[in-house]
Amino acid sequence: MNDTIEAQPQERKWPAEGVSRVPAWIYSDPEIYARELEVFHYGKVWNYVGLDCEVPEPNTFRRSWIGERPVIITRDADGEIHVVENRCAHRGSLLCWQNSGKAKDLTCPYHHWSYSLKGDLMGLPFLRGVQGKGGMPRDFDKTKNSLTKLRVAVRGGSIWATYSDETPPLEDYLGEEILTRLDRLVSRRPLRLVGYSRQVVDSNWKLYWENSRDPYHATLMHPFLSTFGILRTDGDYHSVPLQEGRHEYTYSQYDPELRNRTSEASAQIKSIKTTLQIQDTDVVNSVVDEFNDGMMGAFQVFPTILVQQYFNCLVVRHIIPKGVGKHELVWTYFGYADDDEQVSELRLKQSNLVGPAGFVSLEDSEVLSLMQPVVEGSPHALQVLEMGGHGTEAQSTMMTETLIRAFYDFYRREMGL
Amino acid sequence: MGTLASTATPAIADRAALRDFYEDYAACLDAEDFAAFPDFFTDDTLYQVISRENHDAGLRHAPIYCSSRAMIVDRLMALKEAALYQPRSLRHFISGVRITGEEGAELHAQANFLIVESLLEQDPQVLMVGRYLDRIVRTTEGLRFAERSCVYDNYRIRTTLVIPV
Repeated sequence: MNDTIEAQPQERKWPAEGVSRVPAWIYSDPEIYARELEVFHYGKVWNYVGLDCEVPEPNTFRRSWIGERPVIITRDADGEIHVVENRCAHRGSLLCWQNSGKAKDLTCPYHHWSYSLKGDLMGLPFLRGVQGKGGMPRDFDKTKNSLTKLRVAVRGGSIWATYSDETPPLEDYLGEEILTRLDRLVSRRPLRLVGYSRQVVDSNWKLYWENSRDPYHATLMHPFLSTFGILRTDGDYHSVPLQEGRHEYTYSQYDPELRNRTSEASAQIKSIKTTLQIQDTDVVNSVVDEFNDGMMGAFQVFPTILVQQYFNCLVVRHIIPKGVGKHELVWTYFGYADDDEQVSELRLKQSNLVGPAGFVSLEDSEVLSLMQPVVEGSPHALQVLEMGGHGTEAQSTMMTETLIRAFYDFYRREMGL
Repeated sequence: MGTLASTATPAIADRAALRDFYEDYAACLDAEDFAAFPDFFTDDTLYQVISRENHDAGLRHAPIYCSSRAMIVDRLMALKEAALYQPRSLRHFISGVRITGEEGAELHAQANFLIVESLLEQDPQVLMVGRYLDRIVRTTEGLRFAERSCVYDNYRIRTTLVIPV
């Protein structure tokens, strides 16, 4: 737009219109990205790291990520869960090379420093040197050379970690509305791991974050949703920002008759093809209403996860930033330890809906990876967010961008922008 | 390294016939011939694209999971009629075709695959690399997959997986 602004990239000013505009530089400025990691992921937030069924028994571990830092979730001999950085306290090498496994301790491949599953340094080779030569100084204190240990909170089957002592207790951080929705999925019955899909998308992490706060696009860009009556703009739908934009949830009551109705709204969507028939309808129907509430919904817990339920497909989307223009999505599909064969099969079938090859999600990574170079090319361009007005309040419609505005309201405060 | 192929002639298909079958399958996908693709499978087939991570850990989730030929037909219909994705060219490279066993009327076989994807304004890149683990039967119409598990080595899928593997 303007060369003088371009010459002073450090002077980042949010447009005067407020949260109904978003400047494109937030998706491409490496300084903004670095500050986000410090303020958010490494700051006063609870980061989702995994599910307890991923470390199913004592003396097991599994790797995860917090921001760009690799971490290890461990379950010690007493069954207690810990989260430590996957970084040797000695020279900073990657400590644990296996993705998951069983172990009584963690030994660095580089110089064999050995840590307990709690992260305490237990021993190192040649502490006293060889034949009186070398070795560590007498005052070397093993207790001061532990792995970086994070504060951990467990809620039902979900595991959370924070770097900050100032982060409020997890229950306060999540709040009543998120707790209710989280507990519904992960706290009532022991969890069973169904498997992972991992996906890398060449876009800034916030483009994905906004995408899942954007019901406006859902029925337009994902024609499958309307075509098979899963979700439609004229159905029941609620978009609810929480904690002044930090988290959010959306929900709809599933209506099996929706597909057969035409209305003014459905006529506006060119992509609806009502003549299409699916042969195996298990994929697009509520066959077993396992929560006895007919609800389908999604919620976001800032800054790491979106949890979305379509029928019996239960999945946590863990969003891991990988540099300013890239993020990874880890889709962790889960069920319950006591699932019968029918429900297990439904979970597998319905997971065709969401994931890297999902009928209602494959478009997202396509559009975002094509969008990133465009936003990078015009950092001073402004995005328009006026659907549903200019406010940040809860709205009972899909035709709103209130959740994105609410997010940027929160984001600006936290980032000082 | 004695394999069945070198020691006996299986009744269902020999290695050359199997290789033809695999090459026809690859050509069908390269041409995005969605109408012909389901005909490579039996009605009660299991067709899945699953990560090596899940496969080796005994985890059943597969990003593409079709427990019948009907589900394959549904997936292709959904791609054609109700999905949006960038235009792309795919080339399948299949090697190391081997018969690993024979059980009743089923042939067990495997092969390596490499799929190179070309998108607009980008250099071609490896979309996926892995192994086909197959159970094959002979019908009156020819060979069919009773099961095809495409076990990919990629730690993660790049952007999207649209076309079957």
